[in-house]
Amino acid sequence: MHNDFAAHVRRRVLMMLTIGVASVCAPIVAHGDEPLRVVATFSILGDMVREIGGDDVMVTTLVGPDGDAHTYEPTPAAARQLKAADVLVKNGLDFETWLPRLAKATDFSGSTVVATAGIVPRKMSESASAERHHADAAQSHTADQKQIKGSAEAGAHDEDHDHGDHGHDHDGSGAHTHEGHHHHGDQDPHAWQSLQNGAIYARNIAAGLATADPAHAAAYRQRAHAYIVRIEALDAQIRKTFADIPAERRRVVSSHDAFGYFGNAYGVRFIPVAGLSTDAEPSAADMARIIEQVKREHVPAVFVENISSPALIQQIARETGARVGGTLYSDALAPSGQPAATYLGMFEWNARQLFEALQPQ
Amino acid sequence: MTLLDWTIAPFNDYAFMRRALAGTSAAALGAAPLGVFLVLRRMSLMGDAMSHAILPGVAAGFLLSGLSLWAMLLGGLLTGLLVALLAGVVARLTPLREDASFAAFYLISLGLGVLLVSVRGSSVDLLHVLFGTVLGLDDTALLLVTSVASVTLLVMAALYRLLVAECLDADFLRACGGRGSWAHMTFLVLVVVNLVAGFQVLGTLMVVGMMMLPAAAARFWQPTVAGQIALSALLGVGASIAGLLISYHYNLPASPAIILTAGVAYLFSVTCGPQGGLMHGLRPRTFSLKEE
Repeated sequence: MHNDFAAHVRRRVLMMLTIGVASVCAPIVAHGDEPLRVVATFSILGDMVREIGGDDVMVTTLVGPDGDAHTYEPTPAAARQLKAADVLVKNGLDFETWLPRLAKATDFSGSTVVATAGIVPRKMSESASAERHHADAAQSHTADQKQIKGSAEAGAHDEDHDHGDHGHDHDGSGAHTHEGHHHHGDQDPHAWQSLQNGAIYARNIAAGLATADPAHAAAYRQRAHAYIVRIEALDAQIRKTFADIPAERRRVVSSHDAFGYFGNAYGVRFIPVAGLSTDAEPSAADMARIIEQVKREHVPAVFVENISSPALIQQIARETGARVGGTLYSDALAPSGQPAATYLGMFEWNARQLFEALQPQ
Repeated sequence: MTLLDWTIAPFNDYAFMRRALAGTSAAALGAAPLGVFLVLRRMSLMGDAMSHAILPGVAAGFLLSGLSLWAMLLGGLLTGLLVALLAGVVARLTPLREDASFAAFYLISLGLGVLLVSVRGSSVDLLHVLFGTVLGLDDTALLLVTSVASVTLLVMAALYRLLVAECLDADFLRACGGRGSWAHMTFLVLVVVNLVAGFQVLGTLMVVGMMMLPAAAARFWQPTVAGQIALSALLGVGASIAGLLISYHYNLPASPAIILTAGVAYLFSVTCGPQGGLMHGLRPRTFSLKEE
């Protein structure tokens, strides 16, 4: 990631030397009273930029509400928006695997803000691939449990880092399966799922906007400060809420391994369901193993997220008697007008869904 | 592990295995007669084409009313039927053969579908949602496949003689004043209904595979249409059981396991089937040459 960013900076410096400073600075000078044009890679960043930028920026979001940023394919419109933009705000940590190609294709010449800069990345739990290679698990429960526990600490060991081409071949039939949904690398990119990280995001975005648009720097910092106060208030409130739930009940099954940061921050254990993410089809053995685990650990609730198919999760709930929680928003916000349409709204929504499902009956 | 543990226990222990078996068996029973007639009519690739043809309707259903099974089903059904009927009409009224007119209409439909899906922005999440999975069948899904299979079997029973006559000698039927075209259209409607319901519930690969592979395999064993239908239903159910067990014991995705099991049955039939299979096909031919 940082290499990527460094390479980007190097390219920009080179361009400045060869093409001349004036042409590169042109977009920054030109806008004057016009709002700063900002492209955010996905809906959560878009909302943050809107909060911090206010009327001084014009935000475009590439992957919109309910869209899956993992498997997004840039459109010509996205390329046009990026080309016209002054600032690009991205998550980083290899979340937007499609971005380097898009940026190269559009000759994006503005500045890039990496929202996760300065965040301590969490290791990607390897359960998705590790469990998948664990054959015959349905028979050996103890070995199975070891495998799952071990895999959380093991870090990456058999993900091949193939960010360049995920082999997406959308012929419209839907019969294909996606290999490598979670080939982010060994770092978990879903850092926004902790409000303390959210505050860092806000600081990074404010700093980036201020650099690109010094005239409004004070306004950006002020809005970011107010935003961070709200973020921290919600953080404290959610911590208090979860502290009231007995620790042994604080575990849920979810269909997509996106809540690692949330789990660390608020003491909820998320059991990711192997092979039940948006991509590959699971085997009957996967299903049997998860059902056994839910029964064995008395997991009170299973959750569906807004970007994955609910059929399998619902089957698990039927078979184990666990509650089906409401929709959790992981990588994308809800369409505008719904409670989870903003970052803070999403967080409040997720926390409430979890709290309601985990409460003792 | 005894044989009983290997074969019965997974179905006994897990409801999702029983549901998967019920769903795939229903699909196999309903698809068997349709597959046999599709093979007879040289329309074997229709299922595949149809999986593309229904896309605009399903996408429109999704765009209008969100993740509603019924809206997407209705949309898929409408576009599927429209493509099937238009293709059938063009094939009957013009010299263009049915497969060619089918290809033309399904490509138009697919183009429209991709357009509609792209309008919404991200195409992938929609496509994942549009197509079902064998291991996650709920009551609605099961009810849907079993009802569709029942209706299919009843209608096929009623139309059976007409369809056979239409298939083997359409001119004769027309000369007798038979309603061959009408029967054929009903047959196409049944195919579309089965495919669309199957896509939503079981996934594209499952339903097209269940329709074609057992039917193509049965052709090598049974000389009569009735025999082929019975055998292909049996093969389909057998492949479902074997495929689910393989998926369970060897940690493989379920629907490819089922379809590959049916594929193995097909390959075995091609080599060993008494009705024109490779092994049997060679001997009689040399024999008859000597006789002449």
